[in-house]
Amino acid sequence: MSNLERNMSLTAEEPAKLSLTQRIASSIGLIGLFLLALTLTNLSFPNKTLFLSLSLGLITVGTIIFANDLYLGKPAGVKNDGVWFKSLSARGFWAWIIGISLTLFYIVLYWYPQYLGLNAKGANTGIISFFDPLSQFINGNPASQWFVYGTLYTVAILIFGYKFILKYRQNRYEVIRTFSVMFFQLGFAFLIPEILIRLNQPYYNPANIWPLNYDLFTDYKINTFLSAGNLGVIMLVFSIISVFIITPILTYKYGKRWYCSWVCGCGGLAETAGDPFRQLSNKSQYAWKIERWVIHSVLVFVTVMTIAVVYSFLGDSTSDFWLTRDVFLWGSAGFLTLLFAVILIFKHKELAKDAKYGAIGYLVIILAIICINYFSGNGNIFFFAGYKLREWYGFLIGAVFSGVIGVGFYPIFGSRVWCRYGCPMAAILGMQQRLFSKFRITTNGGQCISCGNCSTYCEMGIDVRAYAQKGENIVRSSCVGCGICSAVCPRGVLKLENGDLDGRINSEEVLLGNDVDLMDLVNQKSK
Amino acid sequence: MEHIVIIGNGIAGITCARHIRKNADAKITVVSAESEYFFSRTALMYVYMGHMKWDHLKPYEDWFWEKNRIELKKALVDNINFEEKTLHFSSNEKMNYDKLVLATGSVYNKFGWKGQELKGVQGLVSKQDLELLEENTRDCNKAVIIGGGLIGVELAEMLKTRNIDVTFLIREKAFWHNVLPLQDAKLISDQIRSHGVDLRHETEIDKITGDQKKGVTAVFTNSGEEIKCQLVGLCTGVRPNIDFLKNSRLETDKGILVDEFLQTNIKEVYAIGDCAQLKQPASNRKPIEAVWYTGRMMGETLAQTLTGNTIKYKPGNWFNSAKFFDIEYQTYGQVSAKPGQNEKQFHWQHKDKTKAITIAFEPTSKKFLGINTFGIRMRHPIFNRWLNEEQKIDHVLANLKQANFDPEFYTSYEKEIFKSFKENLQNP
Ligand SMILES: Cc1cc2nc3c(=O)[nH]c(=O)nc-3n(C[C@H](O)[C@H](O)[C@H](O)COP(=O)(O)OP(=O)(O)OC[C@H]3O[C@@H](n4cnc5c(N)ncnc54)[C@H](O)[C@@H]3O)c2cc1C
Ligand code: SF4
Ligand code: SF4
Repeated sequence: MSNLERNMSLTAEEPAKLSLTQRIASSIGLIGLFLLALTLTNLSFPNKTLFLSLSLGLITVGTIIFANDLYLGKPAGVKNDGVWFKSLSARGFWAWIIGISLTLFYIVLYWYPQYLGLNAKGANTGIISFFDPLSQFINGNPASQWFVYGTLYTVAILIFGYKFILKYRQNRYEVIRTFSVMFFQLGFAFLIPEILIRLNQPYYNPANIWPLNYDLFTDYKINTFLSAGNLGVIMLVFSIISVFIITPILTYKYGKRWYCSWVCGCGGLAETAGDPFRQLSNKSQYAWKIERWVIHSVLVFVTVMTIAVVYSFLGDSTSDFWLTRDVFLWGSAGFLTLLFAVILIFKHKELAKDAKYGAIGYLVIILAIICINYFSGNGNIFFFAGYKLREWYGFLIGAVFSGVIGVGFYPIFGSRVWCRYGCPMAAILGMQQRLFSKFRITTNGGQCISCGNCSTYCEMGIDVRAYAQKGENIVRSSCVGCGICSAVCPRGVLKLENGDLDGRINSEEVLLGNDVDLMDLVNQKSK
Repeated sequence: MEHIVIIGNGIAGITCARHIRKNADAKITVVSAESEYFFSRTALMYVYMGHMKWDHLKPYEDWFWEKNRIELKKALVDNINFEEKTLHFSSNEKMNYDKLVLATGSVYNKFGWKGQELKGVQGLVSKQDLELLEENTRDCNKAVIIGGGLIGVELAEMLKTRNIDVTFLIREKAFWHNVLPLQDAKLISDQIRSHGVDLRHETEIDKITGDQKKGVTAVFTNSGEEIKCQLVGLCTGVRPNIDFLKNSRLETDKGILVDEFLQTNIKEVYAIGDCAQLKQPASNRKPIEAVWYTGRMMGETLAQTLTGNTIKYKPGNWFNSAKFFDIEYQTYGQVSAKPGQNEKQFHWQHKDKTKAITIAFEPTSKKFLGINTFGIRMRHPIFNRWLNEEQKIDHVLANLKQANFDPEFYTSYEKEIFKSFKENLQNP
C-alpha cells in the first residue's frame, strides 16, 4: 500500500515542473506583489498612481501570462494532472506557507489595521494610503483598509476567474458562470457601493443578501437607509424583497446555485482563486454530520441576533409606527412556527429522522429565547443586549469564520469551508433546494464506473459517487451547482438540471442495463 | 448460519455481497489478495496522473464493511477443495464455505513474445501493476505500448502526463477498429496523435530486447524496425484469471463456464464478472464481457438467486463508455465495426474532429440498432427505451435532442445532424 504513495512522492516533481514562461510570469506577478509588500514597511512611493497601477498591473499580467502558458497551448479538456503531486494543491509546504500568510493577513485586517497603515488621528500611511489614488478616483475619498481589501478581493476574482475560464474553456456552463461571478463582484460588490458613496448615498451592495449580510437590519443601517430619502427606502424595500420573494423564486427555479456559484462574492472567490484547492474538502459522512449541525446553528444564531437588533430598533407605541416591538416579536415567532409546521407536514417523508429532531429542537430554542425576551421585558436576548449579540456574531462568524478560517485555510481544508459549514444564507437556500426546488443533478442510467473524480473534485465535500453509482439523482442541500463534478466525470454521467418535481429524488436498487424484470422486482420491493 | 464466500473484491464480488446483505442474514466473507478494500479498477490511471490519491478510489468508507457485516479477508486462494467445500490459502490457512462465488477478474495477456519477461515489460490490470509502473517509469523517457484497446490508450495518456514519449503499436488500420467502425476509429486515431503519441497502425511486435540487469532496451517491429525504450506496455487484452482453478473438477474454457443462473458445473459454486464465461449468452452479447457494468449486473442478479429468489441473468441492451484522451465515448445498442448486409450506418462528424456520432439501423425496416457517440453525452434511459420500443432511425434522429445529456449552455448539433442525415441517406 504505502509503496504506491511513497513512489508517488518520489516521482512527484516530474509532472509538476514549471516551464520557462511560467517562471517568468511568476516573477512578474511576484514583483507586483513585492511592490505591495514594500508599502507595508511604510515606504511611500513618489508617484502613487504610477506605482499602484504598476503593482496591480504586474500581478494581473503575470497571472494572465501564466494561465495562457499553462492552458492555451494544450487541447481543451480536464486539467487535473499532478494536482496531488504539487505541494500547493496537496497540502504540502507551499500550501501551509500560503495558508498561514492569508490567515495572518486576515488577523491584521480585522484586528490590527494600524499595521496596514490605518491612522485614527491623521492621514493613513502604508498600504492603505497606497490605494488612495484609486479610492479617490472611484469614491472621492482616501482609501480605508476595507477599500484595499475590496480591491484586492476583486482583482483576485478577476485574474483567477480568467485562469479558470481558460482551464474549463471546453465547458460553456463554467465559462458563463465565471463571467457572472466576475461581473457581480466587479459591478455589484465593488463599484456600485463605492459609487454610491461618491454620490453621498448609503453604501449598498444589492447582491449581498440577508443573512449573509448580517447587519443589514441593524439600527445604524436602517437609520442610514431611512435618512437617505427615496433611494434609501428603495434599498431597504429591495433588501426585504430579496429575502422573501426574489430568493425563494430563483431558488425554486434554479436551485441555490443561482446565488452561490453565480452571484455571491464568497462563492466567487472560492470558485476562482480557490479552484486549485477544491479537492481538499472532506468527503466523509462524519464531516457531513458536523456540517449540518454547525451551519444550522449559525443560522439560528443569525436569526436570533437579527430579531434582537430589529426589536431593539423598534418602538413600543403604535402611534409612531404600526410595527411595534410586540407585533414584530410575535410576528416573527408566528412566521417561524408556520414555516417549520409547513415543512414538517408537507415534507416529512423527505426529512431524515435527525433532521426532524434538529428542526424541532432549533424551533423550540428560538421560541424559548423569544419568550424569555418577552417576559423579561428588558430587550435582552439570552440576557445580552441586541447590539452585544451582533458584536459577537460579527466577531465569531463574520470575521473568524468567514474570513480567517473561510479564506485563510483554503489550502488546507479546501475552498468552501465557510460556504459549507458556516454560511447562514447557504443554509436557508440549501433547505429550500432540498425541499422546494426543481434543481437536481441527474445520473445517467447505469453509466457510472465509480471512479471517484466527481467526489474528489466536489468542493462541498459531497460524495457524488455514492449517488451516481446507485443511479440516484443528487439532491443535496449543500450543492452549490458549480458543475465541476459533471465537468470532470470521464463517462458523462452527471448533468445539472432544472426539471419536474416528480421523481426528482429517486433511488434505484438495481441499475439500468440489467434485466428489466429484476429491476422492477427489486425496485418495487425497496419502495 | 449459512456462510457465503466470495473470492474477489472487485465490482462483481462486492456488488454481490452488498445485495446479499440487503436480502439476507447469511455470513458473508470476501477474499482478495490484491487490496484490503474494494477500489475502482477503472480509475487506476487517475492515481498515476495525480488526479486522485489511492483513498479516493475506494467507493465506500472503511467503516462500511463492518457496519454491513461483510467480512474482508486479505489472502491468496491457492486451491479449492470442492468436495470438502474448503478454500486453501497460500498461508496454509483454510476456510469452509457453504456457497462459493468466484469473481476473480482478469489478468493481462502475454503471447509468448521473446523478451516478455524482462524488467520494464508489463501490463496494467492490478494495483500491483500500478505500483510496478511507478517503479518502471522512474527513469524512463521512452515507452512502447503494444495493442490498441481501452487500457492501451489509458496507459498512453498516463505516460504522457509524466513527459514520457510514447510509441503505440496497433494491428488494426485505425484505433480499436475491431470494435469501432472505420470512421469512428480514424477519429480516435487522430485524437491520439494530436496528443503527441506516435501511433503506428498495422504494426506488430516481433520481439523485445534487453538484458537481465538493465531490463528492456528496445522493441523490434514485424517490419524489422528497432524502437529504443525503457518500458513496454502490454495491452493486448485480458483473459479470465482462472489458472489456479485449472486442474480441478470445475468446468472451464477461456473462463469459468456458467449457465444462465451463473452457476458452474458444481452445485453451489457460481462465477461472475470478468472470469465468467456464459455457455449460452443472450443474442447480441458475448460469452465473456470484461467490463465494469457486466460485473455489476451479474453481482446484482446472483445475489437474488443466493437469497432465495432464483433468477436468470438476462442483461438488457448493451451499453458501454470510455474516454480517449479528451474525447468521451458512449455506446448504446449494437454498432458493428464491419457492418454486414443487415446493417447500415449513418455517420456525422464535427469539423473540429472532437465530436461525432454513428447510428446503425436496418436498411429495410429502418429499425434503429445502436449508436456510438463521441464528444456528445447522451442519455442512457432514453436510448434504452428507444431500443426496447424498436424505434426507427427517423424517430431517433427527429428526437435526438431529448437524448442530449451535455451540460447546460453547450452548443447543440441535432439540427446539423438531422440535416446531414436527410442529405446523405434519405435521398440517395
Ligand atoms: C486499467 C483498467 C481500466 C478499465 N476501465 C474500464 C472502464 O472504463 N469501463 C469498464 O466498463 N471497464 C473497465 N475496465 C474493466 C473493469 O475494470 C473490469 O471488467 C472489472 O473490474 C472486473 O471486475 P471483477 O469484479 O470481475 O474482477 P476484478 O475487479 O478484477 O476483481 C478480482 C479480484 O479477485 C482477486 N483474486 C483473483 N484470484 C484470487 C485468488 N486466487 N485469491 C484471492 N484473490 C483473488 C484479484 O486480486 C482481484 O482483486 C478496466 C480495467 C482496467 C484494468
Ligand atoms: S455536487 Fe457537483 S455541482 Fe454540486 S457542489 Fe459538488 S461538484 Fe459542485
Ligand atoms: S459519476 Fe462519473 S466521475 Fe463520478 S464516479 Fe461515476 S463515472 Fe466517476
